[in-house]
Amino acid sequence: MRLKLLFLSCLLLIFICTSAFTQDEAVVADSLETTAETISPAPATSLTAIDKPDDHGHGIDLSWELSADDGGGLMSVMGYMIYRATSPDGSYEARSGLLLNVTAYSDVGAMNEGENDYMPDYTDYYYKVRALTTDSAVFADSEILGPVQSFGQWFNWKRLSVLLLVAGFLFLTVYFIQKAKGGAKLFVRRLAGIEAVDEAIGRATEMGKPILYVLGLGTAADIATIASYTILSRVAKKVAEYQTGLIVPCYDPIVMAIAQETVKTSYMNAGRADAYNEDMVYFVTNQQFAYVAGVNGVMLRDRPATNIYMGKFYAESLILAETGVAAGSIQIAGTDEISQIPFFVVACDYTLIGEELYAASAYLGKEPLLLGSLKAQDYAKACLIFLAIIGFITLMFGYHGIVDFFHVAG
Amino acid sequence: MDRSRRISLIIFAGIIILFILSWIIKSTTLLNVGTESLLSIRDAFFITFAAFLTLAIFSFLYKDNPYYKFAEHLFVGVSAAYWMCVGFWSTFVGNFIPKVSTTLSNFFEVPPKEFDIFYFIPLILGLMLLMRLSPKGGWLSRWSLAFIVGTTAGLNLIRYLRTDFITQVSNTFIPLLVDWNGIGPFFSDFSLSASGQFVMTLGNWVIFIGVFSGLIYFFFSKEHKGFFGHASRVGIWVLMITFGASFGYTVMGRVSLLVGRLTFLFKDWLGLIS
Repeated sequence: MRLKLLFLSCLLLIFICTSAFTQDEAVVADSLETTAETISPAPATSLTAIDKPDDHGHGIDLSWELSADDGGGLMSVMGYMIYRATSPDGSYEARSGLLLNVTAYSDVGAMNEGENDYMPDYTDYYYKVRALTTDSAVFADSEILGPVQSFGQWFNWKRLSVLLLVAGFLFLTVYFIQKAKGGAKLFVRRLAGIEAVDEAIGRATEMGKPILYVLGLGTAADIATIASYTILSRVAKKVAEYQTGLIVPCYDPIVMAIAQETVKTSYMNAGRADAYNEDMVYFVTNQQFAYVAGVNGVMLRDRPATNIYMGKFYAESLILAETGVAAGSIQIAGTDEISQIPFFVVACDYTLIGEELYAASAYLGKEPLLLGSLKAQDYAKACLIFLAIIGFITLMFGYHGIVDFFHVAG
Repeated sequence: MDRSRRISLIIFAGIIILFILSWIIKSTTLLNVGTESLLSIRDAFFITFAAFLTLAIFSFLYKDNPYYKFAEHLFVGVSAAYWMCVGFWSTFVGNFIPKVSTTLSNFFEVPPKEFDIFYFIPLILGLMLLMRLSPKGGWLSRWSLAFIVGTTAGLNLIRYLRTDFITQVSNTFIPLLVDWNGIGPFFSDFSLSASGQFVMTLGNWVIFIGVFSGLIYFFFSKEHKGFFGHASRVGIWVLMITFGASFGYTVMGRVSLLVGRLTFLFKDWLGLIS
């Protein structure tokens, strides 16, 4: 009997324990579910907002601290979104996408009225950061912060290195120009490509054939095109003196206008204003490969003795130079477009590589202004080498200050 | 009629016959696919004409000829006219008119924008540029040209200094010894994890020597003799190796353009490949 009672008591105890445990599990699970589904997470804290520094305005930098439930606590926060309004209780609009695991955001708008997302300066803005969970209905807003205004700065400190280098370079340029004007002889090393120009013009004169001068596909704004005008000026003057023909097909109407002025002036300087003909410099088209087709046609029909390509060139460089080879012309090229130099090197008799094109103007002109700036450029290069060496040394010792100073952002 | 002229005429007649044949066959093919008859005739004409122009341009590889001349003049004329129209409608009508005149905006059916008096500056400069057409007022165009060249040169100074010079300076700041563990591990284990530091250090030295000698080559105000001469010789070697690599890379790009054109001929025109 005792044994039976003991056995029944044990069964009862096991039943009670099992029921209690099962109930506990259900309660815990239920409680967790409630937490995940209905309990709002802790909001982001310590929200700060300031005008975005070193900009032209229309931007505000925000920072905050992560919600206690982001990576800890309930682990329910999956990201954040920034909301903005123009009054504390106004309608808040989302200013960002979902931001994952970040504590800072730059709210930058458009600067011109009428543009989408225009963000006027000197306007009061109010911000809040919303901590989001997987359930779109469950979130937590931070405290509203404001008012804060955006405005532009007169000075961008991130570009201090640019200012210092420009100032240094201008100082060197002015110094050497003054020195050259004062009569100091500034040496410029021999540039084979440019020395060949005179020889090529002579050959064209002997053969009684014209010279083709291509200014490239650059606009009047490109430095390579500007350098090319100086060389064109020199070529046109020689051509006028030797009474050789000159053909200058242009890709850009403004470049054409400047080239016409350049050639006209050169003819006048050579005392041959009467020989100048406006049709020497003409517009072809503004479409890259149509222009090439046109210039190729000129090469094959007029058979110029010399082709000079100086300026900005792109994919057409090899097509032009190859046609020139086929036409049997002497070819001299110069461009600062690095990817096109190999084609000119391969197909032309002489090539001015990159900066040699700029130096050619000074080499030909021998004017104090150009010689002075060339000397200043050389000093700038020496400065670059010096800075690079300093950079290597400081980096080896783990100091990144100089590297950061020259890292221009924004 | 001399012999060469007769041959030219025969070739011309042959091309016309081939063109018409191609047009008919292409139209039939398109009709079979289910395109409307008029559309198929039109599309077939354009495809055949495009193929003819492509072959006409390719014929330049043989020598200059009337077909190349035709394609060239058509290409140049159409593109020049097209860009003139684009310039007029995008710059003048699209950009200028809405900012200066509501009446003209309504006339050209573009939405007017807020009046901006500064837009008259480019208008005046543009008119001055057009004064080149007048023998007496031609000098006025020089003011516009001076403005364009001067302004852009000034703006480019800052842009180039920032993007080319300073970026180059900051990118050249690299350590010449990267977590140096000695040369031993490199020879004992060629895996990247073991030799990474050595390879990176070597790469940084190549950059340093390349930049240094390349810059020396571009020194113009000093004769390239002695140390300068040797350094500039290394510089030109570095440049030529770079150009060689660039040449190969670009040639591959050009080959892909040729493949694109051949695909048009063999797929869209002849239908030989699917």
